[in-house]
Amino acid sequence: MHDKDKLVWMYRKMVEIRTFESKVTELFAAGKIPGFVHLYIGEEAVAVGACANLKDSDFITSTHRGHGHCIAKGGKMDLMMAELFAKETGYCKGKGGSMHIADVEIGILGANGIVGGGLGIAPGAGLSAKMRGTDQVTVCFFGDGASNQTTFHEGINMASAWKLPVIFICENNQYGISLHQSKHQNITDVADRAAAYGIPGVVVDGNDVMAVYEAVGEAVKRARAGEGPTLIECKTYRWRGHFEGDPQVYRTQEEIKEWQAKDPIPRFEALLADMGVMTAEEAEAIRKEVAAEVEAAIEFAEKSPEPAPEAALEDLYV
Amino acid sequence: MREITFAEATMEAMAEEMERDERVFIMGEDIARQGGIFGQFKGLPQKFGFERVIDTPISETAIVGACVGAALAGMRPVADMHFVDFITVAMDEVVNQMAKIRYMFGGQCTVPVVLRAPDGAARSAAAQHSQCLESWFVHVPGLKVVIPSNPADAKGLLKSAIRSDDPVLYFEHKDLFRMKGPVPEGEFLVPIGKAKVVREGTDVTIVSYSATLHKALKAAEALAHEGIQAEVIDLRSIVPLDKETLFASVKKTGYLVIAHESTKNGGVGSEVAAVVAEEIIEYLDGPIKRVGAKFVPIPFSPALEPLMLPQVEDIIAAVKESL
Repeated sequence: MHDKDKLVWMYRKMVEIRTFESKVTELFAAGKIPGFVHLYIGEEAVAVGACANLKDSDFITSTHRGHGHCIAKGGKMDLMMAELFAKETGYCKGKGGSMHIADVEIGILGANGIVGGGLGIAPGAGLSAKMRGTDQVTVCFFGDGASNQTTFHEGINMASAWKLPVIFICENNQYGISLHQSKHQNITDVADRAAAYGIPGVVVDGNDVMAVYEAVGEAVKRARAGEGPTLIECKTYRWRGHFEGDPQVYRTQEEIKEWQAKDPIPRFEALLADMGVMTAEEAEAIRKEVAAEVEAAIEFAEKSPEPAPEAALEDLYV
Repeated sequence: MREITFAEATMEAMAEEMERDERVFIMGEDIARQGGIFGQFKGLPQKFGFERVIDTPISETAIVGACVGAALAGMRPVADMHFVDFITVAMDEVVNQMAKIRYMFGGQCTVPVVLRAPDGAARSAAAQHSQCLESWFVHVPGLKVVIPSNPADAKGLLKSAIRSDDPVLYFEHKDLFRMKGPVPEGEFLVPIGKAKVVREGTDVTIVSYSATLHKALKAAEALAHEGIQAEVIDLRSIVPLDKETLFASVKKTGYLVIAHESTKNGGVGSEVAAVVAEEIIEYLDGPIKRVGAKFVPIPFSPALEPLMLPQVEDIIAAVKESL
């Protein structure tokens, strides 16, 4: 029923995100990455399950926690790493950093430093597809925290009123920065808010990549058929702090361990073994290949030059 | 040359650009079915359809956000912000998204969006429907800011704004929509970043723009009767600022007065004054004077409203104080 190559691709992408991010923790701690980074470890199934439904010509809008979305949509790890290192070879020539990585050519309309920023932008990409009569869809990733922003209401309202081909994916990782969901909104399921816009609202286990893949697949079908947007809430958890260096006084080690036991990657690996799609040896080979790719990305970043001083004044006015 | 109104000139610009480039479209509140509150969109949807002249929900954040998204996806959106006062609802989309994306993404893409914003005090609209906010956007790198004072510039600047790959804030004063004037037919572009000397003079430079420009011209007429020959410059573009035209005039006259309807504090006049003082102060023979609205919200009362705004007499007085 499922294409074997796609399933293995999904496993590989999850491993890429995990490996890339794990290296970023080390590199950040070693002082090699300036600024700050927000990591996606633990949430890999959402980005991969969603993007497995997309074509290069489809769009995504991402968040401050955007490395996973970028990798899942086909972003290049070497250009990402070089951007994190603030090098001239990075996606944004070292002028954007972690929170502004974009690859417009393949529809990655940017990470965003403003919580909820993508919720304003995604309907516009959807409107463009509708006006031009293409079958492109736009996936808009955001967190539970962003679901309280103006852009959530205005963006979903506009997209539903105009039946735009947009899939709104709430990555409910339980916390808006330091504040638990139970303290920042009076609902348990963000998906309930879909009713206010007259669109389907779906809750899925965000640590089950197949569940995400199928739910988003349905929404993509709906969107491409001109039936408008869907709100999908993926229940998940971020293993790291809001940002690297976050003292995390707001949660317990027990809670983190509880969610680490629900790690989406070994879970998917076991499923693929059961299905006879991938052996333990094949999984190990993928992990090794990915580890080498990430090492190569780091080497590329380290060897790349800093931006020239004059670059600071470029890319502004035409 | 045939004469048309400022509103008609903006509509002609819209129609010509939509004809020329199918990526151009416009959205905003009350523009398609109602034709715009100043009639500036009447007939446009009949020509281009309700899919390209789009009535939006009252949702400024979504409007500007969607413009940014559509631009990233290859379109060239224009939004009508209804009243400039409502742009404040969408400031994140203007300042953090639209203005910065091209630079933050390392030049991967441009964000060719035009935001049209009717501004200014007119007929007791009170504090939330009367502002002039152009100076806010002078402070944000990545935006261009234009502000026509007459029908011809309204057309030429709007066409240039739509063709600009940078996002442009286009301010149009409510009192100007009915103003009639000669407007060239067909292709007519006013370059962004180019000011215009609208009255030549030798004794003092008065820099102005938008509706206040006409007050500056009246002040210059009155001053001429007293033997003071004022040179009047219409800035037309605030970002980028045409320092060449500005400096040439100040070097000639030695005196500078700047007049605009937005508040004097932190207004465009402050920037113009600072640039002149910083770069060519040796040519000044007297103090720079700024004329702007008083530092209060615009009052509702027809008796009070004009008292808060710069009038012809204020400009005349400022010139005399400078000389």
